[in-house]
Amino acid sequence: MTTFARFWYRYASPASFYPLAGRLTPLFAVIAVLLAAAGLYVAFFVAPTDWQQGEAYRIIYIHVPAAWMAMFIYLVIAFWSAISLAFNTRLSAMMAQALAPTGAMWAFVALWTGAFWGRPTWGAYWVWDARLTSTLILLFLYLGYIALRASIDDPRRADRAAALLALVGAINVPIIYFSVRWWNTLHQGATISMTAAPKMAQTMLTGMLLLTFAAWAYTIAVALYRVRSIIVEREAASGWMSRLAADSRGQSDDASASGAMAR
Amino acid sequence: MRRDPDPALARRPEAVSAPTPPGVLSALRWACARDLRLAMRSRSELALIVVFFLLVTSLFPLAVSPDPDLLRTIAAGIVWVAALLASLLGLARLFAADHGDGTLEQMVLAPAPLPALVAGKVLAHWAATGLPLVLLAPLAGLQFGLGAEAIGVLVVSLALGTPILSWLGAVAAALTLGARGGSSLLALLVLPLAVPVLIFGAGSVESQAAGLGSEAHLSLLAAGAIAAWVLGPAATALAVRIAHE
Repeated sequence: MTTFARFWYRYASPASFYPLAGRLTPLFAVIAVLLAAAGLYVAFFVAPTDWQQGEAYRIIYIHVPAAWMAMFIYLVIAFWSAISLAFNTRLSAMMAQALAPTGAMWAFVALWTGAFWGRPTWGAYWVWDARLTSTLILLFLYLGYIALRASIDDPRRADRAAALLALVGAINVPIIYFSVRWWNTLHQGATISMTAAPKMAQTMLTGMLLLTFAAWAYTIAVALYRVRSIIVEREAASGWMSRLAADSRGQSDDASASGAMAR
Repeated sequence: MRRDPDPALARRPEAVSAPTPPGVLSALRWACARDLRLAMRSRSELALIVVFFLLVTSLFPLAVSPDPDLLRTIAAGIVWVAALLASLLGLARLFAADHGDGTLEQMVLAPAPLPALVAGKVLAHWAATGLPLVLLAPLAGLQFGLGAEAIGVLVVSLALGTPILSWLGAVAAALTLGARGGSSLLALLVLPLAVPVLIFGAGSVESQAAGLGSEAHLSLLAAGAIAAWVLGPAATALAVRIAHE
């Protein structure tokens, strides 16, 4: 067995992934905060004002990373779902479950910030543009995924049912995107398109990339934190979890005992 | 393709293997005939779906305006949305009754290929709930003052599109077996996935009215129907198995 395979097999077990996730969560949280601070500084103090859209364009520093993450996280969920269906691994299903609320949040943020950007730029909070419509449908796909999982009591069944739904959705996402795009071009004249926008200044791109990586690191930190909670919830009855709980209880007992003695 | 994720099935001793298991086509024919017979015994339930479809299409002129030009423009969209909602109504009965009395579990355990059994059930479901909508679409088209050609395109688009809706609904109905949430959960799962069908279905009539011809939309719908028939049985069978773990 190669080292690579051994690494994957080792951390496919919730028992060994739990402490690893616990160590990685603060690391990615710190990275997210640092990148977000740097990105926001570039976005608001360094990047020039857009000659066409004025200051309102600065909302894209939040909007574009959110939209990218919303689409990307759905693919990651589909990936973990495929792994969990193919290899019947518990942890990959838990990862998919942990990512879904964050993905839905990014889709919502993308729509909300898009509405605030669209009002000064297009003169309307909402237009039936292909990107907007497909992001809205993506949000509904996330909500359906979360709702299906929440309405099945047995966690293993919920894992497998939600995984199949995520895969059906992933096949459908490109079809939805292109059908919506075609529908839009047939119906109404072209709205301002992002692809036709003037080429971005270097500092604008830097700010956007910094914030994208910040959003990425935030997603990883939150997903790892959530997956730890899910592991605790599901594995509460398992041996390693009760040993872990006993260890930490022992430590706190020691601490309170020494505290009592000091008193 | 047959999958046996259940280790209990895989461990079954070979000694009890039955005579040759029924083939794909005979399994499909059996399941389809059985579900059609059951459907014909609850005709009033099926009639409700048809009445719902006609009722929804009749509500739009009351809510929007009786202006014939406006109605002609939005006719295809209304008929398609009504068909989509009506197809949701029948979904609950596709697997739920069989799940409740244990028939579905016997189908999972049966030596006959489960995808074929499921395909027979979905075919019967489409014939009982989708086909009446296809046949009644001209009536709705006349209500909205559509021309003969537009009505023809509408009927063809519904004939190609409603099987896709049946397959999407079948996967969702099997996934929600035994889940809380019922029909509203089913709607939340099916409707976003059905968006392309709606766009191409309603779009075919509109592009025909615009003089662009409806071939492109109808070809895409036909491609979707073929994909649904290829991928649908395996996906639905997997969903049914998940429900019986």
